[in-house]
Amino acid sequence: MSFTIATSPHTHQRRTTQQVMRWVYLCMIPGVAALTYFFGWGVWLQMLLALITAIFTEAACMWLRGRSARFAWRDHTAIVTALLLAVSIPAYAPWWIIVIGTSFSIVVVKHVYGGVGQNLFNPAMAGYVLLLISFPVQMTSWPVPQSLAQYTINFADSVSLVGSGYTQSGYNMEQLRTGVDGATMATPLDSVKTDLSRSLTPTEALAKPIFNDIAGIGWMWVNLAFLLGGLALIYLKIISWHIPGGLLLGLAVPSILMSLFAPGQAIGLSLHLLSGATMLGAFFIATDPVTAATSNRGRLYFGLLIGFLTFVIRTWGGYPDGIAFAVLLANMCVPVIDRYTQPIAYGHGGRS
Amino acid sequence: MSVLTAILVFGGLALLFGLILGFAAVRFKVESDPIVDQIDAILPQTQCGQCGYPGCRPYAQAIANGDAINKCPPGGDATIKELADLMGVEAKPLDSAHGAEDVKKVAVIREDECIGCTKCIQACPVDAILGAAKHMHTVIAHECTGCDLCVEPCPVDCIDMVPVPTKPETWQWDLQQIPVKMVATADQES
Amino acid sequence: MTADPKTIAAGHIWTFPGGIHPPERKELSNTYPLRELPLATHYSVPIKQHSGEPGDIIVRVGQTVLAGQPLTQVGVGFGLPVHAPTSGTVTAIGPGRIAHPSGLPDIVITITADGKDTFAPPLPIQDVATASRADLLEQLRQAGIAGLGGAGFPTAQKLALQRPLDYLIINGVECEPYISADDRLMREQASTILRGADLLLDITQCPQALIAIEDNKPEAIAAMQAALTDYPRMQLRVVPTKYPSGGEKQLIQLLTGRQVPSRGLPIDIGLVMHNVGTAYAVARAIDHGEPLLQRVVTVTGEHVAKPGNYWVRLGTPVEHVLQVTRYTAETNQRVIMGGPMMGFTLPDLTVPVVKITNCILVPSTAELAPPQQEMPCIRCGACADVCPAQLLPQQLQWLAKAKDYDGLNQQNLFDCIECGACAYVCPSEIPLVHYYRKAKAEVRNIAREKAKAEVARKRFEARNERLEREKAERLERHRKAAEARKQAQAEAVKAGADNPQDAVQAAIARAKARKAAQLKEQQANSEPDGEST
Repeated sequence: MSFTIATSPHTHQRRTTQQVMRWVYLCMIPGVAALTYFFGWGVWLQMLLALITAIFTEAACMWLRGRSARFAWRDHTAIVTALLLAVSIPAYAPWWIIVIGTSFSIVVVKHVYGGVGQNLFNPAMAGYVLLLISFPVQMTSWPVPQSLAQYTINFADSVSLVGSGYTQSGYNMEQLRTGVDGATMATPLDSVKTDLSRSLTPTEALAKPIFNDIAGIGWMWVNLAFLLGGLALIYLKIISWHIPGGLLLGLAVPSILMSLFAPGQAIGLSLHLLSGATMLGAFFIATDPVTAATSNRGRLYFGLLIGFLTFVIRTWGGYPDGIAFAVLLANMCVPVIDRYTQPIAYGHGGRS
Repeated sequence: MSVLTAILVFGGLALLFGLILGFAAVRFKVESDPIVDQIDAILPQTQCGQCGYPGCRPYAQAIANGDAINKCPPGGDATIKELADLMGVEAKPLDSAHGAEDVKKVAVIREDECIGCTKCIQACPVDAILGAAKHMHTVIAHECTGCDLCVEPCPVDCIDMVPVPTKPETWQWDLQQIPVKMVATADQES
Repeated sequence: MTADPKTIAAGHIWTFPGGIHPPERKELSNTYPLRELPLATHYSVPIKQHSGEPGDIIVRVGQTVLAGQPLTQVGVGFGLPVHAPTSGTVTAIGPGRIAHPSGLPDIVITITADGKDTFAPPLPIQDVATASRADLLEQLRQAGIAGLGGAGFPTAQKLALQRPLDYLIINGVECEPYISADDRLMREQASTILRGADLLLDITQCPQALIAIEDNKPEAIAAMQAALTDYPRMQLRVVPTKYPSGGEKQLIQLLTGRQVPSRGLPIDIGLVMHNVGTAYAVARAIDHGEPLLQRVVTVTGEHVAKPGNYWVRLGTPVEHVLQVTRYTAETNQRVIMGGPMMGFTLPDLTVPVVKITNCILVPSTAELAPPQQEMPCIRCGACADVCPAQLLPQQLQWLAKAKDYDGLNQQNLFDCIECGACAYVCPSEIPLVHYYRKAKAEVRNIAREKAKAEVARKRFEARNERLEREKAERLERHRKAAEARKQAQAEAVKAGADNPQDAVQAAIARAKARKAAQLKEQQANSEPDGEST
């Protein structure tokens, strides 16, 4: 009689990478629902295109590396990358935008560095930054929330817009972004930033119709929805609170100080926290374990750094939002953060 | 005039940095081990002579004088890598002209065949063989480096090189190599 | 360090970082009272069942032995004797299966039982109260007592270290899932365990003891609490259920807030820890003169029909244990010695039960799923969150795979207690502990090779020196011989004999003259032709 040899431990908590990833995209549902409610079906088309691209490019990479594609698909990390990029870009960006972005994320940022677990940079954000730098017009053309829009976009229009750049009735994106008052509408952060740079006071800048809610129509609810999903992730112990907590703190503290000491240039706390990609970034993007710091203390610093950099870019940088750049910059700092936040091992003089 | 100023500035700077560097060279001089000792510490001390030198220290001397670092089969790739780090050169694969990396072995004399000629005793580089003329010889197993040098001189070919057996204490957790079939237990043999 | 003695005495329970809560499954075995396992027909007793050197064999094949008779004696090293588990005949001494994860053979003494189970007369200490410390330690050594908690360190050797102690800790935590051997022993033998603890206090000259039990064992807690009324020097400490709270270092942190320094011992911070099973064995050895012949073994798992805790004689083949408890095997069955977190699988059932065997687990694949294929690490950090030693398991894993031994040292690989919490939570199912164990074995191996190389280098140099010296001596001898010869000649000349040197000179002169004459002749012959030859 002979028996199977195995190494201890012989028992295992059954939570696989696949399950972790599945929870991540399930928790994106509230945010995606809010995006759909305010901006129409575009986000679904982007997600679909992103998924198809991700699955094919992942298979191609695995084939080139001489491995089984199914092995890579099984962990669902490519799905999460694709979905995160899809919800980050403007809902009606032309189809090739998301295809290029996702391919870049999967091929260059992930597989060129050695596949899952080996990449230095957050794939979704690296893809986003590539797109933002290469195609600034398309990447900043966010649609107007539907309640303010002159033209409503139905599902067929969405398909047509993403596919050809025009709705069925022949409007292009630029026309669609025109609000009821006839002026082109920017995203809340973009609008405030432009107005502040034209020496308007924050009160004047916030007088526009898009700011009828606290932090911009639509955007506030999208952020709150992602916050809800993010809290679910923490509750399910998929992520720890350290990165999102650090990020929000790192963003909130300087913005409060700015409001106190230089109110003329301050974007304001509510706008910082509830506009742009803040909540998506804090709970879904910065928490990518591969490219984040390792220890809990390190994660806190990592989050603080992203929050602070985001604040700096939003306030003084050339782009309206800064989450993507901040995440990539913080990714670069991870080895240093890890080096200085290594926990003191048992028996090495640490406090118990 | 401005040209003169520039020359003076750069000349002054050059002088200043030169002084700093010179001071640093004297003040922070690193007293390191002689390189031969460092190389010798890396070599496996098998004293087998497969490198073409009569022992590890002579080879260390040779490396210090610029000989290749890939001539040591008992050390294998691990030793070559360490030597490459120390010498600041590229790690090369083992030079097959000097032999191949092998499992660790130990010499065993088939004692009933030994004629007591003492030839192996003279060949042993680490004095790990005991015996006297016309008396049976034996290998002190834990001092034997497995260098193979005693095998050739033996006129009656009574020395075997056997692989060092793995003991539970020295086991390397090779789970795949556990013999799953039954071992002969003592009572089955008797 | 917040190791305020008053806080410890007040019963404060600290916490330790990390830890996990795997399914306990102790109810499978802990509802049955302790039972004696029926005798086997033969026993194979490995001569080394503790950490350290084995003793010297003092029996020979064919010899009849009584139960409790020593088979080995303490040799030159810190050995520990093993004893015959029952009466019978020594039928073989040689390599056989031992209880080790490698499955490699070691020396085993095989005893065929005669079925009578006759005991050798016990040798208790006559008057324990007046016995010297040395006598008590010798008694424990002769009884072959090693730590029964898992490491198997010789108990007498541990007690021999004399340092000022604050607390003796008796470990009844038993945090590993499935195992309930200590639980049952505490429920049924509480007073003997405390008697043993009392003896340990006397031997170590320690003022007080803490008895630690995990809060998932209410019956054991009640039993020990009741017995404690007779022992004012001891206090009960109930610790929360969390794996690995029973690990020596973790339990010390829980009870005292202190940390054992890296590569140090508990005694360095004034503590010493013994398992409840060891305390029981100590009491039996000193009060009754019983050597360590048997121990409580939990036999459990869904593939055992009669699970429970059994008194098993040391040397009993696992096969016999499982036959008595009626196990059934499925394909790819695993038989685990120890618990599901730290135990090792057996290659076959000839492996004997030894001093460190606390459990034999025969699980179904439904309750303990077989390992899955290893996936890439996604650096999720779940391992670092549960590591009780505050290490970075994923970092160690990368370094271990890269064989970066310096890096592993920097990341304190050797502070890993191999508890398996990291591998338990890893979503990529990476067998992390396996990598650490392999890396540790490699590091130890490299150290061993280095030490050996150093010895070889010294021997080589000594030999070269010897050869040089011999050569110099030989040359010196030759020189002396030549000188002696010269002197002898000189004396001979002086004495009037022909100087041999003169003779040589004369011969050389003669030869020269002849050569010159020949040359002249040749020149004379060749000149008339006007040619040179």
